[in-house]
Amino acid sequence: MIRYISSRLIQSVITLFAVLTIVFMLMRLMPVEGYLGESYDKLDEIQREKIIENLGLKDPIHVQLKKFYKRVASGDLGVSIAYRPGVPVAEILKSKIPYSLGFGIASLSISIISGITLGIFMADSEGKILKRVGNIYIILINSIPAAIYYILIQFYITDIFKLPMLFYIDRPISWILPVLSLSLGTTATYALWMKRYMVDELNKDYVKLAMAKGLKRREVMKKHVFLNAFVPMIQYLPSSILFTISGSIYIESLYSIPGMGGLLVEAVQRQDNPLVEAIVLIYSSIGIIGMLAGDVLMAILDPRIKLGKREGRI
Amino acid sequence: MMNSGYSYWNSTIRAFMKNKVSLFFMALMAVFIVFIIIQPYLPNQKSPNVIYVDDTTGLQLINMPPGREFWFGTNSIGQDMWARIWSGTRTSLFIGIIVALWENAIGLIIGVIWGYVRRLENIITSIYNVINNLPRVIILILLAYTMKPGVLTMIFTMCITGWLDTARIVRNIVVIIRDREYNIASRILGTPAYRIIYRNILPYLVSVLVLKATLSIPAAIGYEVFLTYIGLGLPLSIPSLGNLINEGRGYITVPSLRYQLMIPAMVLSIITVSFYAIGNAFADASDPRNHF
Repeated sequence: MIRYISSRLIQSVITLFAVLTIVFMLMRLMPVEGYLGESYDKLDEIQREKIIENLGLKDPIHVQLKKFYKRVASGDLGVSIAYRPGVPVAEILKSKIPYSLGFGIASLSISIISGITLGIFMADSEGKILKRVGNIYIILINSIPAAIYYILIQFYITDIFKLPMLFYIDRPISWILPVLSLSLGTTATYALWMKRYMVDELNKDYVKLAMAKGLKRREVMKKHVFLNAFVPMIQYLPSSILFTISGSIYIESLYSIPGMGGLLVEAVQRQDNPLVEAIVLIYSSIGIIGMLAGDVLMAILDPRIKLGKREGRI
Repeated sequence: MMNSGYSYWNSTIRAFMKNKVSLFFMALMAVFIVFIIIQPYLPNQKSPNVIYVDDTTGLQLINMPPGREFWFGTNSIGQDMWARIWSGTRTSLFIGIIVALWENAIGLIIGVIWGYVRRLENIITSIYNVINNLPRVIILILLAYTMKPGVLTMIFTMCITGWLDTARIVRNIVVIIRDREYNIASRILGTPAYRIIYRNILPYLVSVLVLKATLSIPAAIGYEVFLTYIGLGLPLSIPSLGNLINEGRGYITVPSLRYQLMIPAMVLSIITVSFYAIGNAFADASDPRNHF
């Protein structure tokens, strides 16, 4: 077990390094003039050269890369050039991260609970109508791009239920819609897989035996089927974290939530390279940590997983 | 060998034909694709990028509701929405289909090498792990941000991340099949690797690839909408469903102008739901357990 976890940890660290390097390289492939921000027009040729040189953008690439590693390791994420010129990126992000984290965790918890509940009811043959409704829900959510149903929800649901259309820090009611829309996609994933695993378990012989023994259906479902179907669900946790990150970028900017996702959209639109770089790095780290946590959790909870396999999740 | 009269493809097609709903979507998409290809050559079509001006007043015909002259109305600068929507559908479907073909082709090649060439196994696994650990949208944003906006950039960025799933599935199947006795025998008898792959392994992969490709199309169209929203989409001179939806989004609060969002959103939803339904029906039909 310890061997598996430590090798998985090393893999995550390697991934993190690879991401740092790739992000750095891609950013340096862009024209260096981008680093002058909005002051570009005010400067003459010599001043521009000077600034670019001072930023260290003319050094050989491996020297820059080394500096970049050191900078990131010490927690320095650079200075914003367009969004709030001159302000350290870390300071901008400090106030944003709690919102993103709050929304992400709230929506993940809701989707896990509601998705698994929906899946259980859909697997039970008694709820025919629920099954049909659930199936239509899963098909629609999976096939229509999130970009579209987010917009429609934002407009029509706010209209019907008189909810606020944008996010206000002092009005808790304005949390409802963003969190719910964000959890729609992951709910569908959880419901779909939970239903499949439940149906798979229900068809196994031990269930028939338990029923034949005279146990109540409810009892069998609760004690045997549910638990056995639940354990493999953990493997969807990492990917649903990634999915929530993706959705949050859109949702946060749609509802003007002062989080990291909305900030990323703005940073991209205003071409604030250091800010984009920092946010991409943070989201990637969250992804890496999430995947690691999911794998480790899975290994602890499900002894059937073959440990020590180099391939990890494959 | 005895001929049992069972043919995999015939049975798959027969099982697929039994599913009336997906058959309907299949026919719908066939008609749809033919229509968007011939649409510019039909009579009375307008150009998607021309700004229409009222002859008598000289003003632009902005925000005209759907009517006889402009079937889907005009947008905020007086361009014909009917022409823009079909032109946009062509762009989006083109991106979707090209991405679906490329990412599955790349996924197939990498997956086969990954499963078959043991020397390269580690390196491909680590590349896979790096990309798989990151949110796909973040990679898309980063790549699109560092490159020039355009159709090619869009296709390239989606293909960079899209091959992962296909490669993993292909690899798993290859690993299972490569060491079956008939393949070992074949190898010992001196059959070259490409021939084993082509004759003995590829047939097992066809149905997975068709499924992945049909599901890649709606996904790619969705990513296009997303990237456009972020501001990394195509220039406005190339209409796409993402562009149109993004333009229309601004008018959602004005009931009389809502058609500018609703029509492209509807067209896009019909396309994605159809491909999703076709893909899933095919997945069911291609499973030999459903053939009897």
